[in-house]
Amino acid sequence: MPLLEAAGIVKVFGKLTALDGAALAVAENEFHGLIGPNGSGKSTLMKCIAGAEQPTHGSVRFVNQDITALSPTERARAGMSLKFQITSVLPTLTLYDNILLALQAQSSLLDLVFSRTRGTLHDQVMSMLTQFRLADRAQDAAATLSHGQQQWLEIAMALAGKPRLLLLDEPTGGMSLEERRVTGELLQPIKQHCSLVIVEHDLDFIRDICDRLTVLDQGRVLESGTVAEIQASKSVQEIYLRRA
Amino acid sequence: MGVAKEAVRATASGGPDIAMPECEAAGTLPVRQTRRKVLPIVEGLTLAVAILLPLVLQDYLTVFATRVIILSLFALSFDLVWGYAGIMSFGQALFFGSAGYGVALLARDLEITAIFLVLPAAALIGLIFSLLLGGFLLLGRYPSSVIFVALGTLTGSYAADRLARGWYYLGGQNGIPSISPMTLGSAEITEGPVYYYLALGILVVVYLLCRFLVRSQFGLALAGLRENEQRIAFFGYKAQHLKAIVFAVGGAIAGLAGGLYAFHEGFVWPNMLGVVISTQVVLYVLFGGSGTLIGAVIGAIIIEGVSFYLSDNYRDVWPIILGVLLLLVILFRPLGLISFVLGERERVGSFGRKPKGRRHAAP
Repeated sequence: MPLLEAAGIVKVFGKLTALDGAALAVAENEFHGLIGPNGSGKSTLMKCIAGAEQPTHGSVRFVNQDITALSPTERARAGMSLKFQITSVLPTLTLYDNILLALQAQSSLLDLVFSRTRGTLHDQVMSMLTQFRLADRAQDAAATLSHGQQQWLEIAMALAGKPRLLLLDEPTGGMSLEERRVTGELLQPIKQHCSLVIVEHDLDFIRDICDRLTVLDQGRVLESGTVAEIQASKSVQEIYLRRA
Repeated sequence: MGVAKEAVRATASGGPDIAMPECEAAGTLPVRQTRRKVLPIVEGLTLAVAILLPLVLQDYLTVFATRVIILSLFALSFDLVWGYAGIMSFGQALFFGSAGYGVALLARDLEITAIFLVLPAAALIGLIFSLLLGGFLLLGRYPSSVIFVALGTLTGSYAADRLARGWYYLGGQNGIPSISPMTLGSAEITEGPVYYYLALGILVVVYLLCRFLVRSQFGLALAGLRENEQRIAFFGYKAQHLKAIVFAVGGAIAGLAGGLYAFHEGFVWPNMLGVVISTQVVLYVLFGGSGTLIGAVIGAIIIEGVSFYLSDNYRDVWPIILGVLLLLVILFRPLGLISFVLGERERVGSFGRKPKGRRHAAP
C-alpha cells in the first residue's frame, strides 16, 4: 500500500486544463521525482496533493485515508509537508524563530500562550539548524541569508514537524552547482523516516537523489518507473528533444 | 545575548563544515548587544511621565489626561488586533461603545456601579460582541481578506451607531446622560487624580498582559500569521482560529476601555460606537507605530495632546494642521513615530528560549 496515492487528478483553470487525469504513487521512504517540460502540470499536481489547490476531479489518498477534501492545515497535521517553489521563509524573523515557528505548530494553545514548549524544543531547533549548516546564523534575520541558504532553511522548516511525506517544489532553483550538491547531501539522511516528492528541472540532481520518476506531459503521466527505466524510455527522450 | 551566541557557536561547531563566507561577517557581536535596549527605555519613560503628570497638571487638565489614558487603552486593543494579528478592524469602536452603553444601562436601570462588577462586565460585553463579529468575519471556509474584514467591522460600527441613534431605550441621539459614578464600597470614584491613577493602573496591567502575550510562543505564531498566513497554515497552524482569538481579546480590552470611558465622562452617546472614533483609534496606532504596543499609547497621547494644544491656540485652522501632520508621518514614517528610535529587528523581536547563563551542551 503506497503512502501517497493520487489518482485521476483533473484540474481545470477556466479554459486551461492543467492536469488531465494525472496520477502519482509514492511508497514509504521513497524519493520520487516529478519531471516534465514547462507547463506539464508538475507544480499544479504538487498543489493538489498539498491542498493549496482543490482538484476538479480525482482523489488523493495519504496513509490509507482519503484527504481530497481536507484543508492544508489538516493535511499538515496528518504528516504532509510542503516546501513552496518561491521561498517563503519569514524574512523579519530570526532563523531560530523560523524553525521554532515550524516546530511548535502542533503545540496546544495554552502551551503557546505560556511558552511551555520553548524549552523542550530548543535542542530540536538547534539540531535542525546544525543539520542544515545554519547554526551560526541562528540569531540573524532570515532576510540576510543567501538564496541557497534560504532554500535550506525552508527545507528545514518543512521537515520540522517530522512529516512522513515532504513535497519539494524546485528546491535547487537559483542555486549554484556547489549549493545543489550540498542540497543533495542534506536530503539523503531524511530517507530513513520520510518520503519525498520532488519537482525539479535539474535532471542530474533528480537522477542522483531519486528512486523513481514520474514524467508528466500536458497534464498526463507519460511514463513512471525507476530512474533507469525512465532514462531508457524513448517517449521521454522524445518530449525533451522536442522542446530542445 | 553573549551566552546564547556562544551556545549557538558551540552547537554549530559540531556540525559538518562548509565554507560560508557570510558567517564571519554576521558574527559581529557588539552590534547585536547594543540594539536590544530601546523598547524598555521608551516604555519606562512613558510610564514615568504618566505617573508624574497629575502632580504638575491643573485639575481640569488631569481630567483631560485621564481621557487620554483611557483612549490609550482603547488604542492598545487596536494595535493587538492590527499590529500583531493583521486584522484591519475598522470598527473597533463597536466594542468600545457597546460596553459603554452596557455599563451605562447597568448603572441606570439596575443601579449597579460597583467597580468590580461594571469593569468586568464591560470587558465581557466587548468580548462577546467581538466573538460574534469575529466568528462571522474570520472563521469562514477560506481565510478572509483584509478588505473584507475592514468593511465588515466598519459596517458593524456604523450600524451600531445608527441603531443607537434610533433606539428610544438607549436614549436616541442624546445617548444616556448623567450616569452615576463608579463606586468602590461606599466611596465614589469621580474624575480627577483618583480616576487618573485607576485608569493608568488598568492600562499598565493590560499592557503587561499584552506584552506577555505577544512575546510568548503564541506571539511567534502571530508574527508568522501576519507575515504569511498561508505559509503557517501549511505548518499545521489553525490560522483563522488564532485570528479570532486575538480579535476577541482586542474586543475585551476595547470593552474595558469603553466602560472606563462611560463612567469617566458620565454619559454615553451614539458617536462612541461610530466610525469617527473607530478611525481615530486606527490613526493613533499608525501614527505612533503599529506592532509595538507602546506605539499605540504614544500615538494616542501625542495626537490627543497636539489636538488639545492646537484647538486652544489655533482655533480656526487646527484640524487642518493636525491632518497635515498625520499625513506627513504616515507618508514618510509608515512604521510610525516609534520607528525613529526603534529598529526593525527589535520591533519584531525574538522568541526563542531566553539565555539563563547556562551553556548549551554541544553534541
